[in-house]
Amino acid sequence: MEKIIYADNAATTSVSKIALNAMLPFYESQFGNPSSVYLLGQAAKKAIEDAREIIASCLGSNSNEIFFTSCGSESNNWAIKGVAHNLIKKGKNHIITSKFEHHAVLHPIKSLEKEGFSVTYLDVHEDGIIRVAELEQAITDKTALVTVMYANNEIGTIQPIKEIGNICRKHKVLFHTDAVQAVGNIKIDVNDQNIDMLSISAHKFHGPKGVGALYVRRGIALDQLIEGGAQERGRRAGTENVAGIVGMAAALKVACDGMIKREEKLTAMRDKLIENLSKIEYSRLNGHRTKRLAGNVNMSFNGIEGESLLLMLESKGICASSGSACTSGSLDPSHVLLAIGLPHEIAHGSLRLSLSDENSMDDVDYIIDVLPPIVEKLRSMSPLWEKIIAKNK
Amino acid sequence: MAYSEKVMDHFANPRNVGEMLEADGIGEVGNPKCGDIMKMYIKVKDNVITDVKFKTFGCGAAIATSSMATELIKGKTIDEALKLTNKAVMEALDGLPPVKIHCSVLAEQAIKSAIADYYTKKGINPTPIVGEIPCCDHEHGSCNCVE
Repeated sequence: MEKIIYADNAATTSVSKIALNAMLPFYESQFGNPSSVYLLGQAAKKAIEDAREIIASCLGSNSNEIFFTSCGSESNNWAIKGVAHNLIKKGKNHIITSKFEHHAVLHPIKSLEKEGFSVTYLDVHEDGIIRVAELEQAITDKTALVTVMYANNEIGTIQPIKEIGNICRKHKVLFHTDAVQAVGNIKIDVNDQNIDMLSISAHKFHGPKGVGALYVRRGIALDQLIEGGAQERGRRAGTENVAGIVGMAAALKVACDGMIKREEKLTAMRDKLIENLSKIEYSRLNGHRTKRLAGNVNMSFNGIEGESLLLMLESKGICASSGSACTSGSLDPSHVLLAIGLPHEIAHGSLRLSLSDENSMDDVDYIIDVLPPIVEKLRSMSPLWEKIIAKNK
Repeated sequence: MAYSEKVMDHFANPRNVGEMLEADGIGEVGNPKCGDIMKMYIKVKDNVITDVKFKTFGCGAAIATSSMATELIKGKTIDEALKLTNKAVMEALDGLPPVKIHCSVLAEQAIKSAIADYYTKKGINPTPIVGEIPCCDHEHGSCNCVE
């Protein structure tokens, strides 16, 4: 394969040179344990605290409100279970979320449901956006937590975070957002947006895998998830992933500094892809046309199945992803696509292209060139396509 | 997805793909809700499958198993074709990932379904010869294929 076009940046991103170079000393000479008293340990400690400052400034928070974790999934688990297990002591046993959260939110909520919590799953409508009026209606005096993702990982739709935050504040309910897809791509200000907790994952913005963070507004009590040490001011045990934390901060700084320019570039690429791929007959864009991440394109092509589409794209050097059952590891296609009302057979034929700063307009042109004949080839051998055409004649 | 080279070859260059005019038997199995449908066409002369074509909506393994199954029954007698198991299709493809085994089951059923249609068209009840062909091979209730 000569050319590789990586268009799966919502799955993960490459580690930037800047992040990597920032990390390397902490694997080599600066390997000390931040809990140690000697200089080697204290130097590592200082690097962590510097990183905490950088991340806090990107979110508009105080540095003592940032807690490092091993990944976005841990951050989500901790925020949700931590609040739930704390507030159940005050008789609050209700959680509000949306139908299309990441599994790292939905699964801990499912386990809380088994413990006896009641859960409201907000509809995300055809455009992939919750309605704040429906959220407000769902809040009761038993509500412990509202958790709604900032931007969806599959269809990229951006939720009305500030409005959600305002409503939660008005009703004195805690608000957590899984912002794994948004951090570094969208301007976030936790105070302006009334966000109480927010999950971050480094590898989504050209940082390393295996490190994340949770922003927790000062004064919020969370039950501990990982116990066994005094790290993170006694709230999250485990020797810190020093290199990972430093790499995350370095990558986030680059992402936040260049946000406006990058958003412009990605939006132009996204829009060109959407405009051109929509010309394929019996195709549809999934999620709101504009209220979506600048780098996210999610389309369905009737009559074909996503995995075979991905394999053919790979043979042309394009890395992408799909919400088909064959790629979800279950019998059902993606719960996100079902939540926006797609029938199973159309959800199976979905394609997600997610762009980063490392993509170019040449990549976009290449995809626009290569994709339509692949869809045509798969349709030519599809008995389902035959039926669609016969039905619509 | 770790596919063998043979699976990738049959996926990228499927054999016997297309439709068949005046087929003697046409079988279709699977369901769009489950994400795979296989349609198989056969031409039969003197109890021998002289030609076979397929069309498949599905994943890489679904396309590859359809292609391999058509190769394995072309030129064979109906009896021989009925003896083709999903295991034989898998072995011929140098194996399939465990989650894709059901694709080979679908390929076996597609052949049986085409042969059943051939008998039905000749006025012969196919069930004693071919057996029952389920709507899909997923465990009962584990998929949503029944409308």
